[in-house]
Amino acid sequence: MSETKKFMYINRRPPYGTVYPLEGLEVVLIGAAFEQEVCMVFISDGVFQLRQGQDTIDSGMKNFSPTYRALGDYEVTRLYVERESLEERGLTEADLMPLTWEDEDDDWAEKPSIQIVSRAQLSDLLEEQDVVFNF
Amino acid sequence: MKLAVMVNEGPYTHQASDTAYNFIVAALNAGHEIFRVFFYHDGVNNGTRLTTPPQDDRHIVNRWSELSKAHDLDLVVCVAAAQRRGIVDPDEAKRNGKDSDNIAPGFRISGLGQLIEAGIQADRLLVFGD
Repeated sequence: MSETKKFMYINRRPPYGTVYPLEGLEVVLIGAAFEQEVCMVFISDGVFQLRQGQDTIDSGMKNFSPTYRALGDYEVTRLYVERESLEERGLTEADLMPLTWEDEDDDWAEKPSIQIVSRAQLSDLLEEQDVVFNF
Repeated sequence: MKLAVMVNEGPYTHQASDTAYNFIVAALNAGHEIFRVFFYHDGVNNGTRLTTPPQDDRHIVNRWSELSKAHDLDLVVCVAAAQRRGIVDPDEAKRNGKDSDNIAPGFRISGLGQLIEAGIQADRLLVFGD
């Protein structure tokens, strides 16, 4: 497939309580094989998906948070987290998992995948996309 | 225009599949091409032929099957989402040792790659759900 499109996956729900975040992540991982220009966005309660130290033992839900750490290996390297959503929930970047990817064009330097962006910046990013999923 | 449609909610519980259906009918009538309809999350429940709604209500599953037959629509149910929710075709039933299948006519079970491909191939991907 020669055509490359811009794919954006918007995550706006907390990680547990519904299956949308888990099944949304499955789409991202399968989609990575298609070599499109991919980014993920975390807004609203979706920012909780990246929270460090998730523990689901008492709820019996499957803790799928380690999967986010694999995204870099799938060349999903741009995870935009909305600053306002973090602030509204009393969170900072330090509360999030330190996700990284290795840049093969820069001697495999380890670089952060998470970028904190403003609501206004996200609006501009959204404007550029060809295909938008939201989970 | 070449359109792809994603349906993310189950029938009757949520209006998303009704809205998707109505949209597709209108789009076909307006001369657009529907590249594929992809059912994900609880949307896979649109594809079980065991659905038996009250007689005075619309039959959402049969409606999809009939539309597929009339317009040669490609109705794809996500295999991973389907397995979680007990939607199986004869092959999947055999593979997983189930005693029966329940896929409705006109639907087929396939992978998420079909959704991504639809996003790439279609001019627009429309998502119906919450």
